[in-house]
Amino acid sequence: MSASNEAKMNAVSLNAWYGAKQALFNVSLDFVPNKVTAMIGPSGCGKSTLIRCLNRMHELVPNTRITGKVLLDDQDIYSQGSDPADVRRRVGMVFQKPNPFPTMSITDNVVAGLKLSGVRDKKRLTEVARNMLERVYLWEEVKDDLKRSGASLSGGQQQRLCIARALAVEPEVILMDEPCSALDPIATAKIEELIASLKEIYTVIIVTHNMQQAARVADYTAFMYLGELVEYGETSQVFESPKQPLTERYVTGKFG
Amino acid sequence: MKATRRIVDKVLLSLTTVAVIIAIVPLVAIIFYVTVKGISAISIGFFTELPPLPASKLQPSPPGGLGNAVQGTLILVGLASAIGVPVGVLSGVYISEYGRNAYGNAIRFLGDTLVGIPSVVTGLLFFGLIVLTFRSYSVIAGSIALGTLMIPIVSNTTAAALQAVPNSLREASSALGVRKWRTSLLIISHAQSSIATGCLLAVARIAGETAPVLLTAGASNYWYSGLGAPIASLTYYIYNYAVSGTSNWVNLAWAGALVLMVVVMGINLVVRLVTRKKYTYG
Repeated sequence: MSASNEAKMNAVSLNAWYGAKQALFNVSLDFVPNKVTAMIGPSGCGKSTLIRCLNRMHELVPNTRITGKVLLDDQDIYSQGSDPADVRRRVGMVFQKPNPFPTMSITDNVVAGLKLSGVRDKKRLTEVARNMLERVYLWEEVKDDLKRSGASLSGGQQQRLCIARALAVEPEVILMDEPCSALDPIATAKIEELIASLKEIYTVIIVTHNMQQAARVADYTAFMYLGELVEYGETSQVFESPKQPLTERYVTGKFG
Repeated sequence: MKATRRIVDKVLLSLTTVAVIIAIVPLVAIIFYVTVKGISAISIGFFTELPPLPASKLQPSPPGGLGNAVQGTLILVGLASAIGVPVGVLSGVYISEYGRNAYGNAIRFLGDTLVGIPSVVTGLLFFGLIVLTFRSYSVIAGSIALGTLMIPIVSNTTAAALQAVPNSLREASSALGVRKWRTSLLIISHAQSSIATGCLLAVARIAGETAPVLLTAGASNYWYSGLGAPIASLTYYIYNYAVSGTSNWVNLAWAGALVLMVVVMGINLVVRLVTRKKYTYG
């Protein structure tokens, strides 16, 4: 689990606190480029905190602090002079509950990140919107009412819209925080299919409480418990021959 | 069991209905009464002419209006809004978007306290600070006093409106690498109709202020004559003429009240139309 320049991102001896409560304990983890890495573990184990530290989103919550490093292409995203907005542009995020902008149309939602960062070229925006909607397999479903509110779509469509929105700013890494937990099985299947196609271009890190989902979509799986990283390896190894007894008990459903 | 529940249901429904009626009756009565009493004195002359002499045997209804008061109130409210709205909105944005810390809490507390301070006290403050210093009532003193009264109202309603915007939208925007200030603008745009409503409440409130206006802008029976000079206002004439016992003056006071009421309701309507939501929340 040592840092290597093969990795797209590395967490290095990461500790995180919410106020006085420590949520992560000395977590070190390398994320392999163009692979899907799943973070699993029971509620409150720190998996969401960890991925929020990977693009500095945890800083939106008051009174949080971290120690340690997070490397993106070997550059520490917490070094002085590193801008959280730049980091988040390169490391995008999709949330548990779909959160399209309710006052924007479907098209405007997709290109919101570009527009809010000053892109005004209408032709380019229209093009990006179409490309991204096609990439998340949403184009055919919405092409006739692109002017409708993003919030008027179904939950699964909204989540794909949010993924399109995250992709539109051309990130290198996509973080997904339980992206399917608010969705029905059919919508979940569509998102999983999408995740599998995303890794050709992006490095994907997904938090899930659904072990079958981790087994289906992830190349690597990390198991966390009480803020510590217990085991990390190829998904098949973690699920079929875990090295730690705790991991085995979790993946076989004995607790969690 | 079932019968009891049904009775409780009926009783509660009746109580709430009665409460609504009690709330609406005075409101409708005021609108009706002011309209009936005021409409007769409304004419073009009301808006274009200076106040008349009191009615006498020789001239039972001398011509005249409250044009200078309409002008004065518009100027005072306009200048006060130019101070109160930007300062109030920005401090509300600070409280909600940047001040989630000790400073923010202190400012929030200050805002809550300021809303509760009687307006006559604010009027006295600027009477002492500006009127006594320059030895004259003035438009400037009046605008600053009214603007100051607006700030905490606008600031509190702005902060409340922004805090009502779901946090998930801030996260969505930040996660796209959008700068903090731009994210804040987006959140403001989501809350714009509530913020506009808050500003409007503040405008309505100061348009009807009397004591602080008299203490700072003074009064005048003539047209606007400069920022450093006293100025007429509708509330001054309503206050003064309503109890004058002179028939034409009393009528003008009613008309002034009607104009004030219509203007406040009119702004309300306009803001509602302008800020009507483009999309409904799903």
